[in-house]
Formats: sequence, structure tokens, C-alpha cells
Amino acid sequence: MYDNPKFLGSGDSCLVVEFSDGIEMAANIALQNLRRALTLRKTVGVREFVPTYRSLSIHHDPIKLPRDKLEDIVRKELFNLKDSSETEKRVLVMPVVYGGEYGPDLRNVAEHTKLDESEVIKRHTSTDCYCYMLGFTPGFSYLGGMDESLATPRLKSPRVLIPAGSVGIAGKQTGAYSIDSPGGWQLIGRTPLRLFDPEDAENPTLIDAGDWIRFSAISEKEYLDIKNDVDSGRYKPEKIIERAQSEGGVA
Amino acid sequence: MSFMVEKAGMLTLVQDLGRWGHQFRGLTVSGPMDQFSLRMGNAMLGNDENDAALEVTLFGLSIVFSEERCVVLSGADLAMKIDGSPAPAWMVHHVKQGSRLAITGVGTVGCRAYLCVSGGVDVPLVMGSRSTFTKGKIGGYKGRALAAGDVVATGEPNPLWRKSAGLVCPVELRPLRGKDEPIYASDGPQVDAFTEKGIATFYGETYTVSENIDRMGYRLDGPVIEHVSGPDIVSDGIVHGSVQVPGDGKPIVLMADRQTTGGYTKIAVVSAWSAAQLAQRLQGDKVRFARVTEKEATELLVKYEASLRKLHETRATYRTR
Repeated sequence: MYDNPKFLGSGDSCLVVEFSDGIEMAANIALQNLRRALTLRKTVGVREFVPTYRSLSIHHDPIKLPRDKLEDIVRKELFNLKDSSETEKRVLVMPVVYGGEYGPDLRNVAEHTKLDESEVIKRHTSTDCYCYMLGFTPGFSYLGGMDESLATPRLKSPRVLIPAGSVGIAGKQTGAYSIDSPGGWQLIGRTPLRLFDPEDAENPTLIDAGDWIRFSAISEKEYLDIKNDVDSGRYKPEKIIERAQSEGGVA
Repeated sequence: MSFMVEKAGMLTLVQDLGRWGHQFRGLTVSGPMDQFSLRMGNAMLGNDENDAALEVTLFGLSIVFSEERCVVLSGADLAMKIDGSPAPAWMVHHVKQGSRLAITGVGTVGCRAYLCVSGGVDVPLVMGSRSTFTKGKIGGYKGRALAAGDVVATGEPNPLWRKSAGLVCPVELRPLRGKDEPIYASDGPQVDAFTEKGIATFYGETYTVSENIDRMGYRLDGPVIEHVSGPDIVSDGIVHGSVQVPGDGKPIVLMADRQTTGGYTKIAVVSAWSAAQLAQRLQGDKVRFARVTEKEATELLVKYEASLRKLHETRATYRTR
């Protein structure tokens, strides 16, 4: 992570504020804090913010908000953020039915890691995972923080169709497919939550960059019940707000 | 009010100014390849500048109107016929109930035109926009390009819509420049990942539009651009006009249907103005890049806004005649 974030050009209508050239949680938390502070300001001429692993892209209308003015505002917010050590930790509980037809590769992961299937499930639900960014498909979250003993290479031959909600492992990464799509991750379970819903005008994606995901094991019956509630719009996902430790939380 | 598609043409898509505000979710913006022509077409009809229109690529489209309306073809000056008679681009035409409008050939410049209708094309809003994102099957007409047999609704026009008929956009206000105009670009976020020689190649040599072009991006052929150590980075944000240079050293300019993030070095970002100019070029056309600052790139937008204001004034005086 850089001592001072870099301002990088990205055309006439976007400023990139880069915090690091690698994947570091401290850098990502810092850019999420900047994003939040700038969002609260509601500056005229700002179109949208796009957080990635290591930078915040600020899309703006250069006629309403010239680049130098935008840079001044960002500098001011970065200065104010220096003092704020305490941040909140937003946790989304993601119920997952592991194994069986929902997680056809749970056995692969167990064999590769030389653990019992039950131990794989226990370890997968034991640490909160941090969402660095969304991408690939709408609502697909790039998560970090999985117990590294579960790391398993991708499938040799990717599947043509993976149902939305499938939870998988690829190397040290874990994540959930947000829409039906092809992919090569080892599928260990499925969540009944709807991660992307284009019909939902307010909040089409459930997870936001900067959120934490807490996987929670459920039975097939619970899966079907929750799925039913999700489909009929009755289910309210469990979101917890915790106060993060001053070190910046669990890394 | 609606129109029926008789022939869909090569590629006809419903586009407004794009699905902004959702890139953080990983959702592509889409929208027009040439925003400047779309906005001017809407201005000529007295539409809202974000009203949806048909983005028409080359020719073949034929539609029949169920009710009278005004229409204008902006952008590329493709050959258009209304009920068999030539109907020039950049001029507002009145179409009657049952009128047949056909795009019959190329024009003198450009390959993408915007067929704007008074009241706009009315498809359901998806996440705040009517733009079609075909890869994601989102927005537009059922998430796809128009096909023969589709019946597409149009919105309620403003009460004075008939008064625009006959209005012509003065040639000097039209945004489309020739193929010789340089493509203005400023330094990209990873300009330091390229050698001085690589940067000199990019701005000094002439590139050619390859066969691999679509709404997502334009791959260019030409001299290899040299990296300092390699093309890969930890993914970061992408904008309309980002110039990625992957391992083969050939530039790719990302366009309307670009992905939101990417993992290749970006040597430059094409100015918003020039991204629209590039989108009007086809396979085999030449491309020369000219290095500008972001401030100079913004001046191009300021000039356009002045032209747009002038067009609004022209329309206002035309109406009172």
C-alpha cells in the first residue's frame, strides 16, 4: 500500500485514485472509506464510483466538475480520513447447503485437501470472507480470506452451465455465481439467496464491495424453504453491522 | 404507437445514453457508440437527450409505422428511403401511418446511425436505462438486437412534435469528422508500464482497424507497443476509450459494451469525443493517435456543447417560422 494514494489519469471523464499495485485488504478498506466519504458529499458532476481491488475510479462530467477541482475534493477527504481508524464491518450471512447435488465437487475438495467433507464445511464457515470487488458478471464477488487449507485448483474442464447461487472454490478464492454462467470453480454448495436481480430497481445486487460474507451451513429443507421465501419476495437476508477492530479487522 | 420491424438489418439495437451507476456491481454501461450523434438527433426532435433511439449499423433495416411521427437519422449519413423516396440523414422527416422507412445503403462517412423518433423508443427501463446489453441479455427489446417481426413501442411525443418536420442540422454542427482526424488520447493509468519507445510507437505510427471490432472493443493492427516488463496487472477499472495493450503489443480500444474491470495495462485513454469518431470507422480504416492532456480533451467536449446549444437555438427559431 502506498503512503499516499496516486492520482492517475483515465481520460477526460474519469480519475483513478490508486492505493496499491497489489491485493491488500488495508488498501481496499481505505478506498472503500474514501468511496463512502465521497458518496456522502454528493458532489455535483460526479457520475459514479467504481471500487476495484486496489483503486477507486471516479467517473465525472468534466464540464460540471473539472479534474483539478475533483482532485482537490479527493485530497481533502483523504486528509480527513487519516484520523478515522474506526470503521464498521458489514456482514452478510449467506446460508449454503453443502454437498450432494448442490455441491458436486465437495468430494474433490475433500480429497485434494485430505480433509473429511464435514471438516471442509466447518472450515468454509469458520472465517468471514471480504468482498474486494464485483465483476466478471453482475453481482459476482471477488472474495478473500477463505481458510487457505481449503485451496483447490479449478476443474480441468470448465462446466458449460453453473446455476446461479452455486458456491465454489478456485485456488485460494471462494465465491458464489450470481447468474447462470459457465465456469471452472469447484462447486461445494449452493445458496438460496438471489445475488443479482435486474428487476430490483433499488438494489439489484445483494453484496457490495467492502462487505464481509459469513457462510452458514443449512440443510436441504432449510434451503428449499428459504428459496421459496426468496422467490416470493418474503425473505430478508441477514445483515449484521459490527464495529471493526482498530487494526482494520480480520485479515 | 409503435413500429413493426420488417427487416432487422445488420445490427439494430435500442440505446439511450447508457446504464450508468451500476458499474460497481460489475454491470456494463452499454449505451451509444457515438453519444454525440444520438444527443443531437434527440435535440432536433425536441426529445429528452436521454430518450432511446435505434442504433443502426450499416444498412438493411426496414420498419413500418403504425401512426404518424417525426423521425431523424443522425450519425453516419446512411442512405434512407421513406415510402420509396430518398430521405437525407440529419433532416427531420414526417412519417405517416403505414409509412415504410428503409436504410438502403452507406453514405459518405461513418457506419453507425441513430434513428430517433419523436417521443423516443419505449422499451421497459431496466436498472434505470433502456439500453441493450446483448451479452448480458439485459435491457432494450427483450435484451437482444431487433429481429424481423418485432413490434416496438414509442413514447408520447411533446405537443409541438410536428413543428420540427423539415429541420436540417447545419453541416458545421454535425459531430462526425472524417477518417483523417487524429484520435485524441491522454495518458492512461499504466502509461509507466511502457517503454519510451513503446509510447513513441503508439503515438507515432499508423494503426489499422482490424476485423475484430464490436460494441465491446476495437482491436487495432499495427506496430507492436513495447512494455517495460509485462502486460498483466491486478485488475482495475476500465472506461469508454481505455486502450489496453495485452501481451501481443496490439492496442484494443474499449467501447460501449466494455467490461467494468480488466487486468491488462492501459497505455492511454481515448477522449470521449474521439471514442465516438473511432466507433464510426470500419475494418481497414486508418487510425493515428494524438497525445493530448485531459484538459485539451475536455475542450473538445466544451466545443460540442456549444454546437448542441446552437442546434437547440436553430430549432427554436425554426419552430416560430
